[in-house]
Amino acid sequence: MNNPANMLDENLRPKDGNDRIPPPYRRLWRFSVLFTLVTAIVPLAVMTAIKYYQDQEAIRTESRFTVSRIVSNTKRTLEYIIEERHSVLALMVGSRSYTELSSDESLEAILRNLNASFGGFVDLGIIDADGNQIYYVGPYDLENKNYKDQAWFHEVVLRGAYVSDVFMGHRNLPHFVIAFRHEKGNDGYFILRATIDMELLNKQIYTLHLDRYTDAFIINQNRVLQTASAFHGAVLDTVDVTLPTHSRDVEVIDQYEMDNLWVTRGYVFVEKTPFVFMVIRKQPLHFGSWLVQRSDLIWFLFVSVSLILAAVLYSHHRMIRYLRQADMRRAKLLHNVEYTNKMATIGRMAAGVAHEINNPLAIINEKAGLLKDVAGHAADYPDKEKTVGIADVILQSVERCSRVTHRLLGFARRMDVRKEPIELEQLVREVVGFQRSEASHRSIEVEFHIQRTPPPVISDRGQLQQVFLNIINNAFAAVADNGHIDIAISQPTPADVAVSVSDNGKGISHHDLEHIFEPFFSTKGEFGTGLGLSITRDIVRRLGGTIDVESELGKGTRFIVTLPVKEQE
Amino acid sequence: MTAKVLLVDDEVDFTDALAARMEARGLEVEAASSGPKALEMIQQRHYDVIVLDLQMPEMDGIETLKRMLAYNKDLQVLMLTGHGSVKQGVEAVKNGAVDFIEKPAEIEELMGKIEEAQQTSIQLLEQNLDKKISDIYKKRGW
Repeated sequence: MNNPANMLDENLRPKDGNDRIPPPYRRLWRFSVLFTLVTAIVPLAVMTAIKYYQDQEAIRTESRFTVSRIVSNTKRTLEYIIEERHSVLALMVGSRSYTELSSDESLEAILRNLNASFGGFVDLGIIDADGNQIYYVGPYDLENKNYKDQAWFHEVVLRGAYVSDVFMGHRNLPHFVIAFRHEKGNDGYFILRATIDMELLNKQIYTLHLDRYTDAFIINQNRVLQTASAFHGAVLDTVDVTLPTHSRDVEVIDQYEMDNLWVTRGYVFVEKTPFVFMVIRKQPLHFGSWLVQRSDLIWFLFVSVSLILAAVLYSHHRMIRYLRQADMRRAKLLHNVEYTNKMATIGRMAAGVAHEINNPLAIINEKAGLLKDVAGHAADYPDKEKTVGIADVILQSVERCSRVTHRLLGFARRMDVRKEPIELEQLVREVVGFQRSEASHRSIEVEFHIQRTPPPVISDRGQLQQVFLNIINNAFAAVADNGHIDIAISQPTPADVAVSVSDNGKGISHHDLEHIFEPFFSTKGEFGTGLGLSITRDIVRRLGGTIDVESELGKGTRFIVTLPVKEQE
Repeated sequence: MTAKVLLVDDEVDFTDALAARMEARGLEVEAASSGPKALEMIQQRHYDVIVLDLQMPEMDGIETLKRMLAYNKDLQVLMLTGHGSVKQGVEAVKNGAVDFIEKPAEIEELMGKIEEAQQTSIQLLEQNLDKKISDIYKKRGW
């Protein structure tokens, strides 16, 4: 039974009785599902990732742009303010002769006018080429102070203009100094020095109205804060920031930092001053619109993947189930075809053999009969009784042979099935009746167990008689003298009636049990044809029923024939 | 009255032995080894019963039966069939055979059937005879 159909069938059959998908289909399912999922989800994931990084990039660009704009606008304002102070001082000085300037009074008038018009000036001083502050108006006592040895003095002398770092000055407020060299025609030069309130520049930063993630401040090249910083501390604190390389243009650098911060730094060097204007924007990643977009994306991905997963799993489950059922149907069909072919071949062979044997058998029968007649009727035949005895044995053997050919033909024959309602109990009792003489002779007890009379089955009487004759014959052959045979008729389901024939005979070994329905299998040695049970099963199947056997060596055997109540299509 | 029986079978060994046994039981038996031969023989003389085998080469049993009955519809033909050939037996009966017996046959059963057939044959003969006589009476105007 090692044909492909059976092997396939074996693979298809659920193992251990539970309805799990057998391995070949599991592998197919796994491969197919994985392949589909990968081809469906990978592009989706890639698209989502691209979208994610595009969003991130957009936010980054936006952040850079904001910072860049603040930096460049503020730079222009700061430069303008300082330049304005510079220009107005130059105008004041240029429009007057040195003599007109050369008194504290006139200087005071200038300071007053400047503050009235522009504001922010704290003091004014004129320093001669030797570094002596010859005139001074302001809150400090700086008249006659000599600046000759100070670095800024040399710078002014050398370059013509100077802007100082911020320092704590009058009323402990931050200030810075601007100074420039003024030529007195051919009569050398002097230096005008003015202290300016840092509030002037601070105001520009305040008016930016920065949010809490953004910090703007001025720092000098020694990393000392020139204005207060929201992130880094008060004025004149030294800050631990790497000062970027000098640039006249706005520079923006961005990077991730710890704690999920997206940090954008913008800076610019304010021209002709030691100041560097910086804007630092530390934007948390769960910030505002990005967070919304990101969670939208995650939801989108999650829902899409779930839908794909559900669709793929469902469709594959359906497909594999369909495939499996189709394969099972095909295997069953192949099996049936094979079985039918096998039976047909055996049947033709059996019929041929039976017919071929039958004629010589008829001759033997007649010759032996003649011998018996001749010997029996002759008055003076020598060894008369012995000859008659021999003839009888031959006739008995012929009869046995004849039974064999009869069965072979019965096996081969596909008789038309005639259906009629049949009371199984009555039919089985009739069949048992054939064996009555053997039963009483061997003291075999046959007992019927019928709890409730089942409905009649629509079936073929002759064929059913053959079925039960075979089974009951086997039971009689199996039991010893004084044996016991139980026949039970029941209705296990509303659609079926079952007849079980149990004997307490010698039983059938496990090995024999497997082959018991195969044609030409016999345990009766030369006495059996090996066709009885094969024919029986064939008939039962054709009548739409099933036949089962249970047996235990030494305990007995039970045959159960189940027949449909209604006619099968 | 001794019944006259014609045995038709291609197996000469079979017909010989069966004929001997039937003769031992008081029948007058002749044998034919094929259908055509049997057809010739029934034209030579009257047989009360014909035992005809179903399977024969040349001309099979059913064909032979049909021709015999075509020749004389009152012939009493018993068919011998192989085992399990109930269908063919039934077909033979439909075609006019009296009965059929499965081979190898029990001699007593065969004898019984032959006897029955012979009775019928005799009755038919008598009826025919009566009919013929009455026909003659009618013709003669008696």
